[in-house]
Amino acid sequence: MKRRLWWRGFWLHLFLTPLALLWLAPLWLMFVFSTHPEIAIFSTPTPVLPGNQFVANLQSLQADTNFLRTLFNSVMVASIYTVLSIFLTSLAGYAFARFQFWGKGVLFSLVIATLTIPYFAVVIPQFILVAREAKTLLAILIGMAVFGGIAALLAWLKFSPTLGRLVWVGYGVAALAYLWLGVPALREAMTFDFRLTNTWWAVILPSLANSLGVFFMRQNFLSVPISLLEAARIDGAGEFRIFFRIAVPLVLPAMAALAIILFLASWNDYLWPLLVLSDRAMQTAPVALGSLIGLTRVSWGGIMVGAVMTTLPFLVLFLFLQRYFIAGITAGGVKD
Amino acid sequence: MKRSATPYLFLLPYLAIFALFWAWPILESLLLSFQNTRVSPPVWNLGVNWGRILGDAAFWDALRNTVLILVIQVPLMLALATALAVALNSQLLRARGFFRFAFFAPVVVGAVAYSAVFRLLFNQNGAVNAALGTQINWIFDPVGAMAVIITTLTWRWTGYNAIIILAGLQSIPKDLYEAAEIDGASPWQQFWRITVPSLRPVLLFCLVLSIIGTLQLFTEPWLITNGGPGTATTTLGVYLYRQGFQNINFGYASTIAYAITLLALVFSVIQLRLFGRES
Repeated sequence: MKRRLWWRGFWLHLFLTPLALLWLAPLWLMFVFSTHPEIAIFSTPTPVLPGNQFVANLQSLQADTNFLRTLFNSVMVASIYTVLSIFLTSLAGYAFARFQFWGKGVLFSLVIATLTIPYFAVVIPQFILVAREAKTLLAILIGMAVFGGIAALLAWLKFSPTLGRLVWVGYGVAALAYLWLGVPALREAMTFDFRLTNTWWAVILPSLANSLGVFFMRQNFLSVPISLLEAARIDGAGEFRIFFRIAVPLVLPAMAALAIILFLASWNDYLWPLLVLSDRAMQTAPVALGSLIGLTRVSWGGIMVGAVMTTLPFLVLFLFLQRYFIAGITAGGVKD
Repeated sequence: MKRSATPYLFLLPYLAIFALFWAWPILESLLLSFQNTRVSPPVWNLGVNWGRILGDAAFWDALRNTVLILVIQVPLMLALATALAVALNSQLLRARGFFRFAFFAPVVVGAVAYSAVFRLLFNQNGAVNAALGTQINWIFDPVGAMAVIITTLTWRWTGYNAIIILAGLQSIPKDLYEAAEIDGASPWQQFWRITVPSLRPVLLFCLVLSIIGTLQLFTEPWLITNGGPGTATTTLGVYLYRQGFQNINFGYASTIAYAITLLALVFSVIQLRLFGRES
């Protein structure tokens, strides 16, 4: 019996070890190539040990793309996105987990249904919204305000004075927006450049509609005991206070896992930033790197430096925070 | 529970963004697909794009390439991911941390970074040819280019799927295996009779994610092979990008987008019919 187990273990390692080395090879070679001049990368045999050209390659990369600036853009975009997205999705997730309200089932199904809809189904209108038609964007905001106003009015007539206040906010927004569109001088002022293209917000805003995050936060808020929330309610704490002081601290580890995954997804995103960031100084690192691939005059060593610099911090983090990465992934996968 | 505005206040910020950047665009994409956007301003013309797509050889090429990746790469990857998950879950495994890192590390690498690396590895003077002792011009050969794309995708996504499958494995009750052991079932029999059936919902989940992911494949073929040679690796995603953002024909690109969405829908329904009844 013991001997048979030994053989099984032996075959297991014989299968896994070469495969693991094969899997690590691209990462190792990425690092190695970043330290060699282009001529060495394409020579036979392929270099497998690091050289000493890392700094030279970094300088050539910096000269070609202002790479450090794009790294800074990436850090800012991913950080702002992560903070805002965690905030929005946990508020929404908490509402879906802990409140009963009119329209809950339909709204939640709507949000979850988008998980299986390919991103391409929305990318073109998103682009038009962000890059072309500020007017459409306003028209929709107005529509939402009116719609929200009516819904709130109905709710108020039936249920609650608090919702009544929403009506006035809704109609206030609608009136302001109509004024904006209606007064020619204001409209004139608006047409010059309301575009979001080449701003961090162009990258951040559309991806905030992150239904996976809502689902993930809802699942975690479901595990917060209702009795705790009720106790705070009896003590007279407001709903937002209960949310921030009691519910959020209890789901912090889950939030950390989600934050890591969101940051990484934003950091590595390519197609959307490629569409909305044409100005070199505003590009994120992947877009800048992508623009170099295929150009013959640029050094491949430099591109590998960029690949290493966008990857290495996360590989190191992954070594230490594996648990959180894995928790975020098993929660249901990332969008792209 | 008492009625109040509170839940709506919690939801409002998210729903505003959701309505503006998802709900409305889904509708507008459909509307755009019925418009001729080659004239300014765009005009309604119900057949112009949907009529065109049916006879568009380039679209059918892109569809064929995407389906080819779907039927070769996805099963290959899921089989490998299942094998890896079972191996990594084994009690007999030593150096578990090393193996996990090796297979899971690609999860944090961005598409642009690994596309650049694989483009270099499969260069005619690159490491793969050097290792194999061959002189294949991978990226400029139709079959070779497709092989490169499939290899790249498999490298990146196998570990990711293995993580999800591993989580599924760990939720299978241990006593099922103990009972099977007592009945004299071999490991092979245990795998097919216990592991695979228990994993069905998880594998289905991975399959759905992989299919949706493949249908919107863009970065890898765009950066590694630029859709070439010819149209050999032009996927639906690459074709949509070309039509929408290079030819600036939003109407036709929306039609392609909706075709992709319909395909995703069809695949989801088929999967649910075939495997998903109880999950």
